[in-house]
Amino acid sequence: MADISKQLVSEVLAASQSNTPLTIQGGGTKSFLGRDTEQRAKCQVLNVSEHSGIVNYQPVELVLTARAGTRLSEIEKTLDDNNQMLAFEPPHFGESDTLGGTLACNLSGPARPWGGSVRDHVLGIRLINGKAEHLRFGGQVMKNVAGYDVSRLQAGAMGTLGVVTEISLKVLPKHAHTVTLKQAMDAQAAIDLMNQRAGVAKPLNAACWMDGYLYIRLAGAESSVEATAKEWSGERVDDDDATEFWRCLRDQQSSFFGGDSPLWRFSVKPTSPDFALSFQAGTTEIPTMSGEPQGRQLIDWGGAQRWYKGHADWQEMQTIAAEAGGQVSIFRGVVRDAEVFHEQAPALQLIQKRLKHNFDPQGLFNPGRLYHWL
Amino acid sequence: MSQQITITKQALSELFKAFINPADVISDDETLKPYECDALSMYCEMPMLVVLPETVEQVQKVMRICHQYAVPVVARGAGTSLCAGAMPHPDGVILSLAKFAEIIDIDKASRTARVQPGVRNLAISEAAADYGLYYGPDPSSQIACTIGGNVAENSGGVHCLKYGLTVHNILKVEMVTVEGDLITIGSDGLDSCGMDLLAVITGSEGLLGVVTEITVKLLPTPEKAQVVMVAFDSVQNAGDAVGGIIANGIIPAGLEMMDSHAIIAAEGFAKAGYPVDAKALLLCELDGTVEEVDEQIRQSVELFKSFGATTIRMSQSEAERALLWKGRKSAFPAVGRISPDYYCMDGTIPRGQLAHVLTEIDNMSAQYNLRVANVFHAGDGNLHPLILFDANQAGEFEKTETFGGKILELCIDVGGTITGEHGVGIEKLRQMPIQFNDQELLQFHGIKDSFDPLGTLNPGKGVPILKHCQEYRALEKQGGAQTGAHHHG
Repeated sequence: MADISKQLVSEVLAASQSNTPLTIQGGGTKSFLGRDTEQRAKCQVLNVSEHSGIVNYQPVELVLTARAGTRLSEIEKTLDDNNQMLAFEPPHFGESDTLGGTLACNLSGPARPWGGSVRDHVLGIRLINGKAEHLRFGGQVMKNVAGYDVSRLQAGAMGTLGVVTEISLKVLPKHAHTVTLKQAMDAQAAIDLMNQRAGVAKPLNAACWMDGYLYIRLAGAESSVEATAKEWSGERVDDDDATEFWRCLRDQQSSFFGGDSPLWRFSVKPTSPDFALSFQAGTTEIPTMSGEPQGRQLIDWGGAQRWYKGHADWQEMQTIAAEAGGQVSIFRGVVRDAEVFHEQAPALQLIQKRLKHNFDPQGLFNPGRLYHWL
Repeated sequence: MSQQITITKQALSELFKAFINPADVISDDETLKPYECDALSMYCEMPMLVVLPETVEQVQKVMRICHQYAVPVVARGAGTSLCAGAMPHPDGVILSLAKFAEIIDIDKASRTARVQPGVRNLAISEAAADYGLYYGPDPSSQIACTIGGNVAENSGGVHCLKYGLTVHNILKVEMVTVEGDLITIGSDGLDSCGMDLLAVITGSEGLLGVVTEITVKLLPTPEKAQVVMVAFDSVQNAGDAVGGIIANGIIPAGLEMMDSHAIIAAEGFAKAGYPVDAKALLLCELDGTVEEVDEQIRQSVELFKSFGATTIRMSQSEAERALLWKGRKSAFPAVGRISPDYYCMDGTIPRGQLAHVLTEIDNMSAQYNLRVANVFHAGDGNLHPLILFDANQAGEFEKTETFGGKILELCIDVGGTITGEHGVGIEKLRQMPIQFNDQELLQFHGIKDSFDPLGTLNPGKGVPILKHCQEYRALEKQGGAQTGAHHHG
């Protein structure tokens, strides 16, 4: 619960003077993400977790400002006490997850298609760039177009542009009422139904297909949720079980996520057909779902996020993702010294390399964590 | 930053005419004239040339040629910008995207539309209505403004609090870089790998590239929408009521406030039945399922009563809802009825500061002897003070601009920003060094350099040159005298 920004600035300055690359670390729960290289192992750790604490929170403004090292659990507890929430439902990969890490990795939970992503809720940041300058971008208001959107640029940049020290976020009232519906069907039927459900103005808040069942979460005003629950098909899940189900999905604690197989994350057009056919056509070893009690695929975000377990060919997976209008990354597993994020067109690489150079001329921050060329 | 231009107007015109219909390469003063300004007509400048390409390949060629000869390029949609963001460069080319006006595809199942940048904002919702869908952001200029311009300004509208800004409602853009390469930013999925360039492009005011296609998200049309009109006898009570609604967990689709000047002007124009003796008027729209709207309307009405509302009226039909909104949506032109000219400001403030800010604006209004009508997106804190003036009175526009600048500084002082949705353009360059220090502005220039190393895309807009910042700050200390540095009109 302290402001150690001056110390962080000094550490970045020292690293700049000695040309020492840095690994920016908060709670350390997401260190498995991104590339893992010899270069990374040699970096000095810049620990941001001590730079913590909620700086400003006025519930009526729907805005919370916290230091980057503040634990998600602390933020969520404070919001909960005021009947508010982070609408992007951030995953927890441990007890020490921080807000800074959540932004850097752009991680959002099952509510993402309807509640938005962490990127969508960021309003402003403070950031230490590679010249050890402590800068402020954006602000604490919802609408702000003064200057480029440096705040949202940090989402998914994995700390390659600087050390984010403070984040202002839009927060929202908690849903008054929630109901979860469960229904057996195959993957393709689930994809079709999820998209159909998303096309009408009902209080849909999450839609996931796991182990042969479609799970739909309704959230909002009680009257509206109950009326929709009666109208839509599916068996009602006990409230406590439902809460636990969505928490496990959010935090990757569901049994699907267990084991040592590589875990692939596809972010694709939600209506893309079930990938099983694409796999059959290719050379990957990922089996299709049919007849397996414990599936190899999990579909979340109303069809827009698909998780696969198994060994597969990187180029082939990228082709499948591109054909589905999206991208793939290797979330967990495999030796991670090659690329793990969908490869980028040369013109996009050039822009990102220039951005990196402008924020971090010496290449101090998380070198190679996102791509080998960054 | 800009390089020396190495080609004549005549030669450039000939190069363009080799691949663009010669009638769409405009070089004579009479035909160039309509392009001299955008909706902030006090700032104007004649461009060297205007080109109206019809295909993406033609845009790429125009960009390659301009890049080769270091010719400035200003992309232009419908020209509804309120910050002189589309004002021409005297030695540059206006690249009009008016011919890119096609809705390429509406995908009902995935709730998306692929559109060209010259498509009007409202046209997207009109086309999507057949599928029970609509496009969320609805800036007041939505009848005329284009989606390409919306991307450039990150436009909002009256429904931002619940449905977000442009940046929340687009998935992907095709963009021609300053070098003439066609790139895709974003995807048909929700998140993409790498740096979030889509967020940087959105609101970049045409300084980073020329967007040639946009994939937008569409939302299902709500089952029901109902608006409550609430009058108060003080701005403070109205402000507290807004806080009370939000504190009770209700997120209205739209939540707008008008002060007494705006109420009187809007009522005179729209005859919506606004109580003209009220000090503040709220329009609170709730949308969603029938059950949800009924429940929240009941709650809201109780809350408004508890905050001292003097009049409460609920729309009982679509016609009545449209009428209640008509007053608000026509508030800007309506103000034109009570004053020869008006100047629209665009600061955003934390909602809790509203009463303080309006009181300060009142004080300044007396000091400058200029009336102000206030229209406020109360849900998201975006304040549009309309300063009433007469451009025919010598020195009055200059006085108005100074007053406007003071209002923006006040917004910064209370923790807000100088522009919520209209952009910086040329108009607010002078306030940028108050909101940002030199290091931050240099970082912005670094972003510009990453996309546009020669600095030829919409040069002189958005981010001030540092040497000017020193002048602006010095002038602020002397009491906000005019620099006139960019004022040509």
